[in-house]
Amino acid sequence: MSAARRCRPPRALSGLFVWCLRNTGVRQIPCRFVHLYHVANGRLITFQYFNFLKRMYVTQCNRDLNQRVKPKSDSAVCPFHALQQLDQEKKVVHEISPVSPVHQSETSSRNELREIKLAAETEDSVLLVGAESKEDRQWKEMKLQLDDLPGILARLSKIKLTALVVSTTSAGFAMAPVPFELSCFLLASLGTGLASCAANSINQFFEVPFDSNMNRTKNRPLVRGQISPLLAVCFAASCGIPGIALLTLGVNPLTGALGAFNIFLYTCCYTPLKRMSIANTWVGAVVGAIPPVMGWTAATGSLDAGALLLGGILYSWQFPHFNALSWGLREDYSRGGYCMMSVTHPGLCRRVALRHCLALIGLSTVAPVLGITTWTFPVISLPINLYISYLGFRFYRDADRSSSRKLFFCSLWHLPMLLLVMFTCKKSVLEKEDKGDLSVGSHETAVKMRLP
Amino acid sequence: PPAHSHSDWIGPPDRLSNLRPVIFYVPPEESALERRLREARQEAQASNQRFWARHNRAFRQEKEEFIYSRLKAKGLEMRDESGQKATLNAEEMAEFYKDFLTKNLKKHLQYNRDWYKHNFRITFLMGQVALVRALRWLRWRKKNVQQ
Repeated sequence: MSAARRCRPPRALSGLFVWCLRNTGVRQIPCRFVHLYHVANGRLITFQYFNFLKRMYVTQCNRDLNQRVKPKSDSAVCPFHALQQLDQEKKVVHEISPVSPVHQSETSSRNELREIKLAAETEDSVLLVGAESKEDRQWKEMKLQLDDLPGILARLSKIKLTALVVSTTSAGFAMAPVPFELSCFLLASLGTGLASCAANSINQFFEVPFDSNMNRTKNRPLVRGQISPLLAVCFAASCGIPGIALLTLGVNPLTGALGAFNIFLYTCCYTPLKRMSIANTWVGAVVGAIPPVMGWTAATGSLDAGALLLGGILYSWQFPHFNALSWGLREDYSRGGYCMMSVTHPGLCRRVALRHCLALIGLSTVAPVLGITTWTFPVISLPINLYISYLGFRFYRDADRSSSRKLFFCSLWHLPMLLLVMFTCKKSVLEKEDKGDLSVGSHETAVKMRLP
Repeated sequence: PPAHSHSDWIGPPDRLSNLRPVIFYVPPEESALERRLREARQEAQASNQRFWARHNRAFRQEKEEFIYSRLKAKGLEMRDESGQKATLNAEEMAEFYKDFLTKNLKKHLQYNRDWYKHNFRITFLMGQVALVRALRWLRWRKKNVQQ
């Protein structure tokens, strides 16, 4: 599953979602979560969450900037100076802390470092780079530390990405034209989350030497030896098998089959294909499009046109999102041996991104035709769709770092906003009941048959 | 790593290959299966190290050559007046990245196959070792309980 996909969860579950975020163990900005947690208004959550995501991705982008051999922009120069300052600070801290076994001194210095971090007003990205390089230079025992295990497993299963995938699924569930059922919803979300954890773990298991050579991924648990490959596979199996079983038995077989197919597609098709041909991007887009379809089938039990439309919207969204992201990572991809459009077919990369931005406008217009939303949806969503298409066009024309970054950040808020607007414009179930009593009758029996 | 330790130790990333070297612990009563596992891991580590060190070195070298040739074509030197290294912008480097990737594709395909084979073999052996150890521990528990 590509770098990130996000979606706004239904308002009823924003609390749950925020809780999930809280437990992902993001250390750099703990105070942000306080803001998120106390805010009740949906809009504010989006804004704060967007800020959080923006910082997260800016952090990662800045990290790329720091480690590039010949960076072009000037901003790379000042982090370097700040980094040297921090190195000196850390040396002082290290001397002060008492002499103790490697692991303990490392955690205590890390704690002290954290305090300094919160006190100092420097950029998060620089701090992260500094702290990691200090830990990196030490030899570590390859023994499983049980108290670190939750954090390690969270990173192994890419818990943040999993949370985003689950929220996409819940969007699919919410958009389905059936009365909302909490138990089914929770089972579907849990099953999808477990399946996603399994798929991500297997992906990391396959890619250890490649991840260690790319700046973005070199701190993964398997790369750092914090966990053995056997344990990673066992974890994946213990997540995937119950997840798929839960989906098949607790929800319906169609959702279970889709979940299993998605795991297979991601681990056995997308991951090896990344190193063989540029077709991997299309396969990855399908992988990203399936979760909302799963949410829809969990609710209704069948693959309707609505499910395919939602999947189509997410499929189209993947392209501007991923192509813009990969534009800045061309050096790492080239050296790591990944076949990405941004490296081998840059023109195609930009054309495809623009094409799919425009496709989003088209798909939004089809939604009311299929009866999923009212006609206000294409009207309200037109501004944001036009904006992302404009940025896509700028990316197509300029093909430089700033336009790719603008497009990427736009895609981060565009999708949740689009799904939110879609949800608010959802055609109410009551309207449908007025339209035809027969269809309602069959719906009710279908609902009764679906529950175990 | 300390001499009394009973586990493997993993070090910082290698400068050339970016892979983290592992020093394997050889227990005194190592079974044949455990020895096969350790040797498989050592072989995989050595082969990975060879590949990536060579590959990264080639990348760095070819990148320098490319930059040098482009700068010469533009009439500039490697270092400008202030002593800073002259750089090419991202678009010019993109051409190099594309060439490098297409040139090395076959090498990568071969390496992928080898790496997947190593990975599966090591994980399978790890599974066997873990199973044998678990059975041994259960047998020992049963003996203790009986006593």
